[in-house]
Amino acid sequence: MSGLPLLSLAIWLPIVGGLLVLATGSDRNAGLARPLALVVAVAGFLVTIPLYTGFDNGTSAMQFEELRPWIQRFNINYQLGVDGISVLFILLNSFITPLVVLAGWKVIEEKVAQYMAAFLIMSGLMNGIFSSLDAVLFYVFFEASLIPMYIIIGAWGGPNRVYAAFKFFLYTLLGSLLMLVALIWLFFQSGFSFNLLDWHALRIPLAAQILLFLAFLVAFAVKVPMWPVHTWLPDAHVEAPTGGSVVLAAIMLKLGAYGFLRFSLPIAPDASRELAWLMIALSLTAVVYIGFVALVQADMKKLIAYSSISHMGFVTLGFFIFNSLGVEGALVQMISHGFVSGAMFLCVGVLYDRVHSRQIADYGGVVHTMPKFAAFMVLFAMANSGLPATSGFVGEFMVILGAVQYNFWIGFAAATTLILGAAYTLWMVKRVMFGAVANHHVAELTDINAREFAILGILALCVLGMGLYPLPFTEVMHASVDNLLKHVAVPKL
Amino acid sequence: MNFVMPDLYPASAEIFILLMACVLLLADILAGKGRRWLVYLLAQLTLAGCFGITLLTFDGQGATTFSNMFIDDMLADFLKLVLYPAVAVMLVYSRGYLAARNLDRGEFFVLVLFATLGMMVMISASHFLTIYLGLEMLALSLYALVAIDRDSARATEAAMKYFVLGAMASGLLLYGMSMVYGAVGSLELFEIGQRIALGGGNKAVLVFGLVFVVAGLAFKLGVVPFHMWVPDVYHGAPTAVTLFIGSAPKLAAFAIALRVLVTGLAELAEHWQVMLMILAALSIALGNLAAIAQTNLKRMLAYSAISHMGFMLLGLLSGIVAGDPSFTPNAYSSAMFYAIAYVLMSLGSFGMILLLSRAGFEAENIEDFKGLNKRSPWFAAIMMILMFSMAGVPFFVGFFAKFAVLQAVVAAKQVWLAVFAVLFSLVGAFYYLRVVKVMYFDAPTDTAPIQAPRDMRILLSINGLAVALLGLLPDGVLKYSYFATYAFLVGH
Repeated sequence: MSGLPLLSLAIWLPIVGGLLVLATGSDRNAGLARPLALVVAVAGFLVTIPLYTGFDNGTSAMQFEELRPWIQRFNINYQLGVDGISVLFILLNSFITPLVVLAGWKVIEEKVAQYMAAFLIMSGLMNGIFSSLDAVLFYVFFEASLIPMYIIIGAWGGPNRVYAAFKFFLYTLLGSLLMLVALIWLFFQSGFSFNLLDWHALRIPLAAQILLFLAFLVAFAVKVPMWPVHTWLPDAHVEAPTGGSVVLAAIMLKLGAYGFLRFSLPIAPDASRELAWLMIALSLTAVVYIGFVALVQADMKKLIAYSSISHMGFVTLGFFIFNSLGVEGALVQMISHGFVSGAMFLCVGVLYDRVHSRQIADYGGVVHTMPKFAAFMVLFAMANSGLPATSGFVGEFMVILGAVQYNFWIGFAAATTLILGAAYTLWMVKRVMFGAVANHHVAELTDINAREFAILGILALCVLGMGLYPLPFTEVMHASVDNLLKHVAVPKL
Repeated sequence: MNFVMPDLYPASAEIFILLMACVLLLADILAGKGRRWLVYLLAQLTLAGCFGITLLTFDGQGATTFSNMFIDDMLADFLKLVLYPAVAVMLVYSRGYLAARNLDRGEFFVLVLFATLGMMVMISASHFLTIYLGLEMLALSLYALVAIDRDSARATEAAMKYFVLGAMASGLLLYGMSMVYGAVGSLELFEIGQRIALGGGNKAVLVFGLVFVVAGLAFKLGVVPFHMWVPDVYHGAPTAVTLFIGSAPKLAAFAIALRVLVTGLAELAEHWQVMLMILAALSIALGNLAAIAQTNLKRMLAYSAISHMGFMLLGLLSGIVAGDPSFTPNAYSSAMFYAIAYVLMSLGSFGMILLLSRAGFEAENIEDFKGLNKRSPWFAAIMMILMFSMAGVPFFVGFFAKFAVLQAVVAAKQVWLAVFAVLFSLVGAFYYLRVVKVMYFDAPTDTAPIQAPRDMRILLSINGLAVALLGLLPDGVLKYSYFATYAFLVGH
C-alpha cells in the first residue's frame, strides 16, 4: 500500500472524478451524475484512510512525501507531504465531501453534474493545499479553490448570491495576492527555493519578518476569517447552498488557520512573538464581540456563520499563546468545528428544504413534527456551545487551559465564550425547536428521511466520539506541534 | 562600390510570404466569387509553409544579412514560430464571421499576409530602417483592415483615428531615431550599442531621442498615456480584425522594443527603465479601472489589453538593476512569456465573441454572454478558463505569466511595484469575474443556437484547453523563452 502516491491520489482522484461527472452533461443524465459523484467522493475518502492508519505518530517529519520537478525554470517542485498538523484536515475534508454530495442529492435539481463536479474538484484542490510543501504549489491550490466556490455560491445560492460570490472572491483574492509577493520575496532570500522546509530554516531580520508576517496575516486573516475582515463570511454563508456552507465552514475556514501554522509561525517566529498581542487582541475581539453579534441574529445561517467566526477566534487565540495545550486545543477545535458547524448548516438545510425560510421567527415547535431531527439538532447545538462529552468541549477546554497558563485574564475573557456560545445557540434552538407549533408550515413538516438520518447520524457519531475519546486525534498531532513550538521559541534573526 | 548579392537564406520565410501574397492577389481574381475558400486555403498554406521554412532554417545560430539590417537569431525564430500559428488561428476563427458579412474577399487575406510580413520584418529587424519598414507595413495593412467593412461608419471612424494617431506615432519614432543617429552616426542597432558603450554621442541628445523612441513604441504597444486609439479601434473594427490587432502584433511590438532598447540603447537603461516604469504603472492602473466601466466586451478587452501590456513592460524594465545585468535573461524572458500567454488568451477571448456572433448580430456586449452555461456548457467553460486566466488565477497560463513577471520585478528589488501591480490585478479580477457571472449566474436572453463552423469550434476548444494545459505545465514555454532571450543577450 505504501508504494501508492496516496497524497496525489487524494488530490487528483476527486478532481479527475469531478471532470468525469461534469462529462455526464445535462440534467437528463442526473441519475448518472449523482451516484457517480458519490462513488468518487467515497473513493476519495477511502484513499485517505491509509494516511491515518499508516501515519507514524512518533515523528514530526513530513510523511508520505512525493517530490517531482514541476517548473524547473523557477525551481518549483511538485512536493507533497503531511505531518501531524495537516493529515487530519485531509481526512476531514475527504470525509465531508461524500456528506455534501448526499446533502445535495435531492435538493439540487438544476445543473446537477456541475454542482457535484464543483464540490469534487474543490475537495481535491483543498487536499492539495493541505499537502503542499512547495510554496507555489500551495498558492496555486489556495487560489484555484476560489473558482469552484465562486461558482457554487453564485449559481446555486440565494437571492443575493451574486453580491456574495463577488465579495467572497475579491476579498480572499486581495489577501492572497499580497502573500504571493511575499512568497516571491522569500524565493530570492532563500537562494531560489520555494521549499517550505527550507524557508523554515531561513534567517530573516525582524523588520522583514514583520512585513512578511503582515502579508501572510492579510491572506490568512481573511480566510479564517478574523475580525475585522470577517464581513464576507456571513454573506457567503447565507447565500450559499447548504453544501457550499458546509464546505465553507468545515474546510475553507481551516485553510487560513492552517496557513498560520505552516507559514507565519515557522517562517516569521520572531515577528509572531512580537505581534502576538495583536493576534490575541483580534482573536478575543472575535470571540467576545462576534459572540454578542451572533446573539442578535434573526437568520439561522447568519447566526451559525457568526458563531463560526467566534469559534475560529478561539483557534487563532490558541496558536498565539505558544504552548502545546493552546495549539493542540486549537487544532482539535478546528476538527471539531468542522463536524459541528457542518452539521449545524446541514440541519438548517433540512429545515430550509422544507419551509424555504431561514428566519428563526418562521419556526417554533419543530420538535412536535420532527422529533428525530430535533434530537440531532439539539445534540449539535450542545456541541456548538461546548458541552462536555461533545467534541466542542475538548478543544475549547484545552485552549482555555492554555490561555490561563499564559495569562489569567486572557483565559478569563476566552472562557466567556462558554456562556455566550451557549446563549446564542441554545436560544436559537429554543425558539426554533420548542414551544407551540408556530404556523401551518411547521405543522406540515415531515421528519427526516433515511438519507438525511444517515448524514446527520454519521456526524453525530463523530461529534460524540471525539468528545468522549479525543486521543486518536491528539496523539497524531503531538510530535508535530511540539516540534513547531520548539522551532518558534528559538529566535532566528 | 560593387553590388554584392545579399545572403537571402536567413530571410527565406519573408521572401516566401511576400511571393505568396502576390500569388494570392492573382488567385483571388482567377478564383472568382464562388471559390473564396481557395484563397483562404492558400493563405493557410502560406502560413504553414512559413512555419516549415522557419523550422528548417532554425539552426540555433544567429545570422545577419542585408548589410546587418536583418537578423535571424533564435529570438526571431522563436517569436515567428508563435506568430504563424497565431495568425492561422485568427484566420480560422474569422472565416465564418467574414463570410456572414461578405467580407471574406481576397483583399482581407492579402492584407493579413502583408501585415504578417511586416511583423516578421519587425521581429528580425536590427536596424532602425528595417524596424520602420516592418512597422509601417504592418500599420498600413491594419489601417486598411480596420476599414475593410466600408459601409460601417464606426469602422471607418476607427480606421481614421487609428491612421492619424498611428502616423503621429511613426513620426515620433522617426524623430527619435534621427536624434539617435545624429548623436552616434549609425542606424544599426549593434553599432549604436557599441558606440554608446564606448562613450560616443552626446548623452543629452541621446536621452532626448530616447524619449521619442519610447513614446513611439508605447503607442504601438498601446500603453498609457499613448493608449487612446486602443479602445476605439478595438471597438470599431470588425471583430475579426480586432482579434488580429489584439493578438499577433503584440509579439512584434515586444520584439522591436527589446531590440531597440536592449541591443541599441542598453547603456541608457537607467533612463528608459524609469520611463517604462511610469508607462507600466499608469497602464496597469488606468487599464484596469477603465475596464470596469465597460459594458461592451470588445472595449473591456481593449482596456484589459492596455493593462496586460503594462504588465509585460514590468518584465522589460526589470532587467538591469543598478548596472548589474545578471537578471536580464530572467526578466526579458518573463516579459516574452507574458506576451505569448497574452496572445493565446486574447485569441481565445475574441474568438468567443466571433463564436457567438452570426449574420446580422454581433455578440460584443457582455450581456450577450448571459446564460451561456445553459446554451453551451462547453463553451461557457472555455470562456471561464480564458477569463480566469486573464485575471491571473491558477491553474491557468495567465497566472504563470503574472508570476514570471512579478518574480522579475521582485528580483529587481522593486517590491512595491509588485505590490502595486497585484493590487490592480485585484481590480482586474472584478471585471473578468463579471463575464463569468453573466455566463453562469444569469438566465439566457438569447436562445439562438451557436452557428459557428466546426473547425472553429474545435480550434477554439483547443485554444481554451491550451490555456489550461500551459497553466498546468508551463515549464516548456518558459524554458524556450529563456533560451531564446539568453541567446539574444549572448549575441551582444
